[in-house]
Amino acid sequence: MRLKVWRYASPPAFYRLAGKLVPWFLALAAMLAAAGLYIGLFVAPTDFQQGESYRIIFIHVPAAWMSMFIYVVMAFWCAMGLVFNTRLSFMMALALAPTGAMFTFIALWSGALWGKPTWGTWWVWDARLTSELILLFLYIGFLSLHAAIDDARRADRAAALLALVGVINVPIIYFSVQWWSTLHQGASVSLARAPTMAATMLVGMLIMSLAAWMYAIGASLMRVRTIILERESNADWVREQEAAL
Amino acid sequence: MTSLGLTPVFAAVVRRDLTLALRRRSDVLTTFFFFIIVVSLFPLGVGPQSNTLRIIAPGVMWVAALLASMLALVRLFASDFDDGTLEQLALSPQPLVLLVVAKVLAHWLVTGLPLVLVAPLLGLQFDLPAPALEVMTLALLLGTPCLSLIGAIGAALTLGVRGAGGLLALLVLPLYVPVLIFGAGAVSATLGGMSANGHLSVLGACLLIAVVLGPWAAAAAVRIALE
Amino acid sequence: MSWGSPQAFFAMGGYALYVWGSYAVAAACILVELWLLRRRRRTLARALSRRNEDRGLDHAPRQT
Repeated sequence: MRLKVWRYASPPAFYRLAGKLVPWFLALAAMLAAAGLYIGLFVAPTDFQQGESYRIIFIHVPAAWMSMFIYVVMAFWCAMGLVFNTRLSFMMALALAPTGAMFTFIALWSGALWGKPTWGTWWVWDARLTSELILLFLYIGFLSLHAAIDDARRADRAAALLALVGVINVPIIYFSVQWWSTLHQGASVSLARAPTMAATMLVGMLIMSLAAWMYAIGASLMRVRTIILERESNADWVREQEAAL
Repeated sequence: MTSLGLTPVFAAVVRRDLTLALRRRSDVLTTFFFFIIVVSLFPLGVGPQSNTLRIIAPGVMWVAALLASMLALVRLFASDFDDGTLEQLALSPQPLVLLVVAKVLAHWLVTGLPLVLVAPLLGLQFDLPAPALEVMTLALLLGTPCLSLIGAIGAALTLGVRGAGGLLALLVLPLYVPVLIFGAGAVSATLGGMSANGHLSVLGACLLIAVVLGPWAAAAAVRIALE
Repeated sequence: MSWGSPQAFFAMGGYALYVWGSYAVAAACILVELWLLRRRRRTLARALSRRNEDRGLDHAPRQT
């Protein structure tokens, strides 16, 4: 069993596997999103404190969770690449980054739109939002460093090291920002309302998070297939694929 | 072939980098005067009321220190990379991590330490009382080495890259955030009459982590750049 | 949860701008990402076929 799995460390084998998996993940994402949106918009009741504006959490929280989860997974593949020297691992990390950055942006945008009716300002220096902003900078830094280095192998390894340094720093940055925000504004300013959430709200949030996760897998598998073709373009098997593109 | 002990090699690298830095004095002085000018510009932009200045002083001085240390970081490894010295250092029998520590120490001595020494004077521009000046100096003393150590990682990752300066800032500034928060927080706490010991302890912890992990990551990045 | 009318649903209790602003931007981001992925793939396909033509390899390869 272990031997069979290693087969997928080869780019052409993984390319074919990913090609078969992508439609399933995107279909799952669409179905879960439909269910989640139905629960979020038609089943979950009105919040007695925030009215209808709280429904933004069905976008904001899944996006925030995915932005952090994807960064960790990206760092994992970077570590795999550095340890085992498998170029497919680096390609997977590179494929995850833009999707992670997108979720970070959605989290920031929806967070700002949530903050305005709730706290009165378009930007709330809440610990989680500020950490999301820094996470966005970390994603952009990863992609910029990779793009700035011409040699693909060096770019992979340098960006991988940066991602690992980032993943170690993210908890430190998060706790220092959290400390800073409670000092300056008091613990009342927080966009997390978990204790007061009705069960339906929680279910809606979880289903949307699953939908986001399935989408993230689908989108990054799509991207990694293109990256594989770009990198391995001189190989015979790519020429065979070219007819199917 | 006599193998040299670690301490003499360490001292030799520090001495060499210091000599080179002092010969190219412009690097050292640019960082120093940048810090002074940026800090002095803020009162011009904000207005001379002492109350406002005292509140913004910790943040302003720390951000200026961050930016000033960014200026000098690009050259930490770049000139050695260009003339092949860095490759020789990587090939030498002494551990690269140690040599990186030596280079960072020399870098901090010429770029970070002057900021620490001039900070009390600049603090007076913001009408900071004596206890705050003390804490500011101590915080900078603990924080600027962190900036050099973390910055070395970015400097090594961007070796020989186009637009290295801007990219280095993008990579390294998010990592500086904890140092900024606790460094400025220490001075703000003192201004508010509270003890800064908690902040300074955290800064000390940041320094310890930076000393232990930073050179290791920077050495790994140097090896990646040399491949 | 029963909305009184479609108008009530779209009004979102007065928070329409914020709620629909978030949902719309999220949907837009996903659509843009998928579109960019397809465009990248199409550009690559064109580049590869052009390169294979230049090398005289635009016939189907032998079955192995």
